[in-house]
Amino acid sequence: MPANDTATRILIRGGRVIDPANKVDTIQNVYIVDGKVVAFDHAPQGFRADMEIDASHLIVCPGLVDICARLREPGQEQKATIATESLAAASAGITTLCCPPDTNPVIDTPAVTEFIRLRAEAAGHCRIVTLGALTQSLRGEQLSEMAALGRAGCVGVSNALQPLLNPLILRRALEYAATFDLTVFLHPNDHWLANKGCAHEGRVATRLGLRGIPEAAETAAVARDLALIEQTGVRAHFCRLTSGRAARMVARARYDGAPVTADVAIPYLYLSEMDISDFDTQCHLIPPLRTVEDRQQLRDAMQQGTLSAICSDHQPHEPDAKTGPFPATEPGISGLDSLLPLCLRLVDEQSIELADLIHRLTAGPARILGLPYGTLSVDAIADICIFDPSSSWLLDTNTIRSNGLNTPFMGWEMKGRVTHTLLAGKLVYALN
Amino acid sequence: MSRHNLQIDKNGRLRHFLCISGLNRQLITEILDTAESFAGVTKQSVKKVPLLRGKTIVNLFFEASTRTRTTFELAAKRLSADVLNINITQSSTVKGETLLDTLRNLEAMHVDMFIVRHADSGAAHFIAANAAPHISVINAGDGWHSHPTQAMLDMFTIRRVKGADFGALRVAIVGDIMHSRVARSQIHALNLLNTGEVRIVAPKSLLPAHAESLGAQVHHNLQTGIKDVDVIIMLRLQRERMQGALLPSEHEYFELFGLTEEKLIHASPDVTVMHPGPINRGVEMDSEVADGPRSVILEQVTHGIAVRMAVMSMAMSRKEGDTG
Repeated sequence: MPANDTATRILIRGGRVIDPANKVDTIQNVYIVDGKVVAFDHAPQGFRADMEIDASHLIVCPGLVDICARLREPGQEQKATIATESLAAASAGITTLCCPPDTNPVIDTPAVTEFIRLRAEAAGHCRIVTLGALTQSLRGEQLSEMAALGRAGCVGVSNALQPLLNPLILRRALEYAATFDLTVFLHPNDHWLANKGCAHEGRVATRLGLRGIPEAAETAAVARDLALIEQTGVRAHFCRLTSGRAARMVARARYDGAPVTADVAIPYLYLSEMDISDFDTQCHLIPPLRTVEDRQQLRDAMQQGTLSAICSDHQPHEPDAKTGPFPATEPGISGLDSLLPLCLRLVDEQSIELADLIHRLTAGPARILGLPYGTLSVDAIADICIFDPSSSWLLDTNTIRSNGLNTPFMGWEMKGRVTHTLLAGKLVYALN
Repeated sequence: MSRHNLQIDKNGRLRHFLCISGLNRQLITEILDTAESFAGVTKQSVKKVPLLRGKTIVNLFFEASTRTRTTFELAAKRLSADVLNINITQSSTVKGETLLDTLRNLEAMHVDMFIVRHADSGAAHFIAANAAPHISVINAGDGWHSHPTQAMLDMFTIRRVKGADFGALRVAIVGDIMHSRVARSQIHALNLLNTGEVRIVAPKSLLPAHAESLGAQVHHNLQTGIKDVDVIIMLRLQRERMQGALLPSEHEYFELFGLTEEKLIHASPDVTVMHPGPINRGVEMDSEVADGPRSVILEQVTHGIAVRMAVMSMAMSRKEGDTG
């Protein structure tokens, strides 16, 4: 843990600094004073470091911004807590993470936002921002007090995975959010077409006799939402796209000037419907893993920037939640620990350049969330992730720091290891 | 652990019987041959053999069933096993006990085999993967996934009526393929036995995505679908399909996909008609067909006992302590 967390002047010496937002990729020193980056390369006049981090052979980049991680607090503390998960985030190089509103109670009042903020501050490992509920209790019936939620610090509003069945209510919600300049985070999934399915409606679900969720459940929702985004002029973000077709629809809308962005979660870039072949409940995800072709098309859309953020979609579970027949288990993967190494593997597999990848993990999501983080300019808040790109380690029950051990990547060799994490100039994690 | 390895031990013998896929032709032929030897037993006046004396078999039914549970029970008793029937829909899972807890409690009673029926696809596989090593699991139907003993008794019936050369046969399966664990298992079994032609006949609303990938030709018209076939297997149509907007009415379904003597002229003259039961008369087929000379529906039920005896005895014939 922090070697010296009272240090106010920090020198990060000799690292390869990659700051995609400023198109920087060079070996240089970074100087930090009072939580901010003050200089690169040469020390400012009179600078004397309280702490020095030797970053030679290491990569220094902005702290990672994870656009969706469920921390399970309040409401499901048997799975995880803000303290456990924010510590896991810090050790994974994540300095800001965004918590969706489907906690219990739902984030539909400023009090819940405030509760999460206080818990995060008490833990002190990671900055946690929240999305407010789009409708009260996420029921899709009455609008939440969005203006108040915005004032309380919510960075956007969302109905999370809960259906908003009535398009008129969705229209009103988008109009109201637009009034207060709030970004709306949409999970495109047509509730009726999804038909309580648990897997992609394709060859594997057909063979296994699993109730399928057709691709059209996603694309029909994207089409409806795009029409309403255009109608209302709201700034909107599509969460967790799973199909190549939906990604192309969003690319087209962006080309036409619609104020929309989209993200992908890392499991969807590695796994496909094929991975559920043995009823592997660790691969039970909602929205579902789709075809091998979709996986490639998502990688392409990510590389091209249509999907401008990669998130963990972290969903820690207790073991019981994943122990049962496939349809009866809870969906989701515990993803914080493996986010960076799995992303770095995309570079090894030549799906994306390293600097572009780091953009998708830093400036990309920060921009979607409307936050000033994810870059290392002079005067920027010193959120920094330092990692050894060539260090390998095994993801197992000893190395995973999240409370959730539910990951199909268990036992995978991970390449790329975070050595230091700084949150606003404070060392919140150091390896060993 | 792979689903396919799960049901076969290291010597290639049956350990669990969960689904047809992953088995080989030799093994399913062995099941049919073993069933043939038991078929004689069930006709004797003393119908018992002592193969499973001292063994305890649990019928673990999470979904209502009369026919399947009864034939499993009879099969177990004819093998001299002790049988315990547990109907979980009115038991402990209602009280919040998990499936795994139920399993552990029954294991603690030193049972030897679970016969499992469950509404979730993959349930039997889950139980097999989590059961104690000495326990064998037989799938008596899981969700829409698999009902392998039903498929085997159907193969047994076809072999008895048509002979062992499946390559010479055309078989059509008609009806609600999407929701049918029976159809999925039958298609696998027919393909493993190298059946000449396997067809499925249904409106698109009752077919799963990429239905052809199951290993069958897809037809939407009954007349062309059963043209020149040697075997027609009619599937049961659940009444709730009308509520799900999958079909307009039983009337229209019967008109288009119901089997009548009139429509049977399109099939081979010596066509055999099958149905896994229970039949909705006047929906899937006319009484005239169901009770007619081509129907082997009651033979299917009888064969179910011999086939289940075969599967149980094979799965239990592994040596003590051999957990594969």
